[in-house]
Amino acid sequence: MSLLAQKNPAAGAHEDSAAAFVPDQSRAERKTSYAVDDFAVPGGREEDWRFTPVDRLSGLFQPGATEVDKLTLTVDGPEGVTTERVDPTAAGVLVPADRAAAVAWAGESKATRIAIPAEAELAEPVHITVEARDKARLNGHLVIEAGHHSKATVVLTHRGSAECGAVVEVKAGDGADLTFVTVQEWDDDTLHVAQNDVLVGRDARVRHIVVTLGGELVRISTNARYAGPGGSFEGLGVYFADAGQHQEHRLFVDHEAPHCHSNVEYKGALQGETAHTVWVGDVLIRAAAEGTDTYELNRNLVLTEGARADSVPNLEIETGEIVGAGHASATGRFDDEQLFYLQARGIPEDVARRLVVRGFFAAIVARIGVPEVSEHLMAAIDAELEGSR
Amino acid sequence: MSTLEIRNLHVTVETENGTKEILRGVDLTVKSGETHAIMGPNGSGKSTLAYAIAGHPKYTVTEGTITLDGEDVLAMSVDERARAGLFLAMQYPVEVPGVTVSNFLRTAKTAVDGEAPKLRTWVKDVKGAMADLRMDDSFAERNVNEGFSGGEKKRHEILQLELLKPRIAVLDETDSGLDVDALRIVSEGVNRAKEGTDLGVLLITHYTRILRYIKPDYVHVFVDGKVVEEGGPELADRLESEGYDRFVTAKA
Repeated sequence: MSLLAQKNPAAGAHEDSAAAFVPDQSRAERKTSYAVDDFAVPGGREEDWRFTPVDRLSGLFQPGATEVDKLTLTVDGPEGVTTERVDPTAAGVLVPADRAAAVAWAGESKATRIAIPAEAELAEPVHITVEARDKARLNGHLVIEAGHHSKATVVLTHRGSAECGAVVEVKAGDGADLTFVTVQEWDDDTLHVAQNDVLVGRDARVRHIVVTLGGELVRISTNARYAGPGGSFEGLGVYFADAGQHQEHRLFVDHEAPHCHSNVEYKGALQGETAHTVWVGDVLIRAAAEGTDTYELNRNLVLTEGARADSVPNLEIETGEIVGAGHASATGRFDDEQLFYLQARGIPEDVARRLVVRGFFAAIVARIGVPEVSEHLMAAIDAELEGSR
Repeated sequence: MSTLEIRNLHVTVETENGTKEILRGVDLTVKSGETHAIMGPNGSGKSTLAYAIAGHPKYTVTEGTITLDGEDVLAMSVDERARAGLFLAMQYPVEVPGVTVSNFLRTAKTAVDGEAPKLRTWVKDVKGAMADLRMDDSFAERNVNEGFSGGEKKRHEILQLELLKPRIAVLDETDSGLDVDALRIVSEGVNRAKEGTDLGVLLITHYTRILRYIKPDYVHVFVDGKVVEEGGPELADRLESEGYDRFVTAKA
């Protein structure tokens, strides 16, 4: 970290509220495997499970068949977009990095691949909707492939009641511009553990956007890598946890190619007893990744007593020849002075709260850049605040 | 015609060293069209009086009454007080990230009037009031008080005063941190509000310089949590030349 400070004074503010933790190994050494048995069932003391209530996930740690009768999967996209069942290793982007992902991988003999043709520019988003009921056991394996120099937005929406383990591979060809949004609007009893791996092609730009609102326990691990130089990865996340909800977002951006850019920004609000959010942002800049420019940020707004937000940024740097690297993490309580100021202008308390929370999310929601997602998200946040009264 | 009446007001605040009484029996009456200056040394409780009138939760009223036209202000929530016609221009306005000035003003106006303002006249009113206060149009799209200079914050407070049209306004050290030009612009705004809506003003200040632009009808000297001397504008002139020493020493 001192290396960073010396070589990159321009890297900006450095807040280390939760970053005192030092990993005992490089993030690159974390195990990956297709075989379920290569991963022990997590007991909760493992580094990558230490925040997760693993006792609730015992079902997703054991292989089980997908209950297809309780699942509706729809894909709706503009002309030219293809959907087909392919061999699971066809994309070659993702290798499971924990037991839940390995179980999900093993649970599906084929992957569903949605492909955007090379050089195609889609005027409308592709919509993938997963709708489940009655705590359906689901194993998901989805592949999103954007051909070279294509431009597209893909929105994956999860609804209903499920125990869902999933792996998602996102592959952007050279020069592609892909926005992938995963929305978790599950019912209150849903458990969802997903691994998303993103491979950014040469000079490609991928925006990976996570919106988590529903579910009892949602844990999404996002890993980004670069297939060549000049790639850009933007990871945006918005979450809102109510009483009893556990929402966990883990990111790992692995910079191996030179001259790549990454920017991660997650913002969450928490309200109600036992609402718990976890954000872990790992960035590794390998020796070869000269000219890297990376920043990650997590902000949490705690609206009520009894909620807990964990936030752990980690930055590992193996070369000093970089453009910039930084991170910031902050968790704050709802500011009563803001409330007073607004109320002193006649604005009723509930309206004032809504203004402040909307304000907290405004910038990041605007950056999502997919109007239907942004509008829906703001309405959902309003509904969450309404529900608290 | 409105009357704000403060009678025997005692207010405490919780500190690290326990409960501390800041106001010790304040009596004050402000009517529409009147301008009262409250002057006193630092730490005399002037700002506490302002916050207690507005209803800041940090301050506890232990004794006494505040009424507006006979209505019990102390029984009202912060927002109810504002809707009843009270306004506090704050010494340190609070930043509200992500909320634009334009959204904030419209929301406040809607709350105070009980209905949304007519869009066309409202936009014109806002632009006009901003122009009067020498505020650029782009101001409306900035986030409330975020990154504002001291002068911009005070102009923004007076902008709200002019648009929300309260009956009684408390101006808490509105002159602090303003250069002469800004002080004149802000004072003109207050005077416009006085003329336009027969506003009653309670002007809290440490120095007399703002009184050159906003003429007080009454001056109250505030020391150690209560009013110790009252008079007309001439009292301010005396304070200007003599300072607060004679009150502070008298107390000791």
